[in-house]
Amino acid sequence: MQTWLLILGMALITFSVRYSLFAWPNLRFAPLVLQGLHYVPTAVLTAIVVPGMLLPDGEHLALRLDNAYLLAGLGAIMIAAVTRHLLATIGGGFVLFFLLRWAFGQLPL
Amino acid sequence: MTRSQLFVYGLRDSVPMIVGVAPFGIIYGTLASVAGLSLWQALGMSMLVYAGSAQFIAISLLSAGTGAAVILFTTLIVNLRHVLYSASLQPFIAHLPQTWRIPLAFGLTDETFAVVQRRYLAHGAGNHGQWYHAGVALALYLCWISSSLLGVLFGQAMPSLADWGLDFAMLATFIGIVVPLLRNFPQVAAALVAGAVAVVCHGLPYKLGLLAAAMAGIVVGVVLERRTQPAVAGEGV
Repeated sequence: MQTWLLILGMALITFSVRYSLFAWPNLRFAPLVLQGLHYVPTAVLTAIVVPGMLLPDGEHLALRLDNAYLLAGLGAIMIAAVTRHLLATIGGGFVLFFLLRWAFGQLPL
Repeated sequence: MTRSQLFVYGLRDSVPMIVGVAPFGIIYGTLASVAGLSLWQALGMSMLVYAGSAQFIAISLLSAGTGAAVILFTTLIVNLRHVLYSASLQPFIAHLPQTWRIPLAFGLTDETFAVVQRRYLAHGAGNHGQWYHAGVALALYLCWISSSLLGVLFGQAMPSLADWGLDFAMLATFIGIVVPLLRNFPQVAAALVAGAVAVVCHGLPYKLGLLAAAMAGIVVGVVLERRTQPAVAGEGV
């Protein structure tokens, strides 16, 4: 039940954001707001990615050489910088991640 | 061109995007089922929310035992970029009745925007341009739902996937989205500041660290952009 309420809430929020300017065709945002929106994807997604790489358990800094999240994340950044291709980044990062976890004996095999 | 022709063109132009959307959907479905969502909950989220990045984060927050208010708030922040899409498509849909604008707004994902904007910029809205838009939106919506379903079934068949670290898929996805955006100094600075603040503030309750990091990154980006190119500041998308 709670999960369904959460899903409905997420649906409502997502739709409201997308519908915002479709609902009132004459509504315009101030230039400063639009300028700020250009940095939203970069800022938000980086704020999720960096802690995900440095603190895989969500609590402890893991600046270690057996941290596959950190190493494969760095690898994915390099792949993305060179190829600028989303699927190549995901695929290459994933392969690298599992190879590292396998090498470190971190997979439940 | 007739309505049905435009609709079919919309379906056709979505095919390249389907190659990108389907793997996300499969990974999302797998993560959702491994996180303990039922088939209908995982599928319901894809049908009703229909926002890949937000769904990924919601699932990882749910697995970490995060409260609903925080997840809803995070959904809002992550989806704010859609306001930009809404703003740049606004001139092309403004003449349509609400019965069109509501479903088209619902289907306004990153991928739909990419395909539809290309068409609108080249041909304008024209007569019945909304039918092309509808074709794209429908094709990508059905692709997202069916690939989510595949992922859920896959996750249910292999529950041991929970220990494999599939959450790395989310990081790789976001890296693949962000890195190509870092084309100028303000964007790079926004990313560096947001990442640093997020790590320093990770201990704050209610994911406030995410909010602080996002705000810091946005402010730094805007300030630097105004300093380097004040003349063009604020021009559209």
